[in-house]
Amino acid sequence: MKMSDIRKFRNLKAGQRFLFTGVFYTARDQAHKRLSELIREGKKLPFSLEEKIIYYCGPNPGGPDRPIGACGPTTSSRMDALTVPLLNLGLTAMVGKGRRSPAVRAAIKKNKAVYFVTYAGCGALLAERVSSCRIVCFPDLGPEAVYELTVEDFPLITSIDSRGGSIYEPTG
Amino acid sequence: MKTIKPEQIEDKVAALCAQANFRLRPDVLSALKAAAAGPVSAGSREALLAIVRNAEIARRKKLAICQDTGLPVVFAEVGLKAVIDGDFKKAVNKGIKKAYVQNMFRPSIQTDPLGRADRPGFYPGILHVELVPNDRIRLTVMPKGFGSENKAGLKMFNPTASSEELEKFILSVVKNAGPDACPPFIVGIGVGGTQDYAALMAKKALLRPVQRRSRKPAISLWEKSLLKKINKLGIGPLGLGGSPTALAVSVETAATHIAGLPLAVNVSCHALRSAEGII
Ligand code: SF4
Repeated sequence: MKMSDIRKFRNLKAGQRFLFTGVFYTARDQAHKRLSELIREGKKLPFSLEEKIIYYCGPNPGGPDRPIGACGPTTSSRMDALTVPLLNLGLTAMVGKGRRSPAVRAAIKKNKAVYFVTYAGCGALLAERVSSCRIVCFPDLGPEAVYELTVEDFPLITSIDSRGGSIYEPTG
Repeated sequence: MKTIKPEQIEDKVAALCAQANFRLRPDVLSALKAAAAGPVSAGSREALLAIVRNAEIARRKKLAICQDTGLPVVFAEVGLKAVIDGDFKKAVNKGIKKAYVQNMFRPSIQTDPLGRADRPGFYPGILHVELVPNDRIRLTVMPKGFGSENKAGLKMFNPTASSEELEKFILSVVKNAGPDACPPFIVGIGVGGTQDYAALMAKKALLRPVQRRSRKPAISLWEKSLLKKINKLGIGPLGLGGSPTALAVSVETAATHIAGLPLAVNVSCHALRSAEGII
């Protein structure tokens, strides 16, 4: 699937695996904290969430011969408490590892979004699927800043689909 | 008496940090390969082979095995007949920093745990020192990822607790780690000692080659039976169901007080990294 297929994500079913070529925005704990503070204060976000894919990832830096270092997913459930407002602002998909809370699952269903997992702990393998990396905002957060990643043939597994179907039992 | 310069310690620690992050431990790699060759589902095999391929790419391309290059835990056995000509702890931290900067590993250490105000950095690591009666320093570096560290568990049992009670707790810790902590796991367990010592044993248990069982026959049997029970949980490689959920269970024990039975579980993800060297 490609970036232009993002509206078709809602047709995916939990368990479906495919390769994706498109754009991810990385965000993990501290970036989520900042985004939710901005939302709470009614301020403009540094990037629009509409039809975007957030990847829970704090990558290793790249070097002269590569755009990025190891860049696998981090545990999604740590972002659970800060996820619902992002979904309500149009976030279409999230990529991470592990389970989500019932509240996130309900918000995914309500907003017709989708949650993917990818090969967890395979940061070197996934680095080969990233063709460019650019900082978007919060540079002071270092690896926790928001980066725009262009990915090619990135492996995704549909974990919670837009109808709320899931490959895992929900947590909590 | 042998004199050891801080630079020697620094260089050794740096080399071990790099080795641990680039080369998956051979015992872990062969356990993963054996699992992939075993009677597992096609989905589990695909996941296991992805993990093996990841380790190969990491080694060949000098990419970190995992983007979480961990909080480096350093175990040092320092010979009493070795004279360290400088500050040992500083040398260890300098070595960590050197490796992490040079190899473009991720700075994952927050020096302000409550305020979280500092920019993540490369050190300090966690240092455990033991004194031994020789003139060498044996260093073991274990960069511990926090996706799995977060799932550790500790419970102070009554000395009369039944083995069923202990197993129930161990299984609940592994179940809670679930798909979040990058299975298949290696489960380290510390039984006895004090609260802190049980936790340390659980972590040290992860240093044992995964194919090697305890020298104590009863413990060895318990390790095998725990592994069977864990593998019945069906969490599976990358948490996608099936088996194996764990590659090994290693239990370390120590003397404890007549009034208690501390038990700690340290879960390691499949990216169990450590490297050892001697000065
Ligand atoms: S749990 Fe282990 S393999 Fe998974 S992301 Fe963390 S360090 Fe990497």
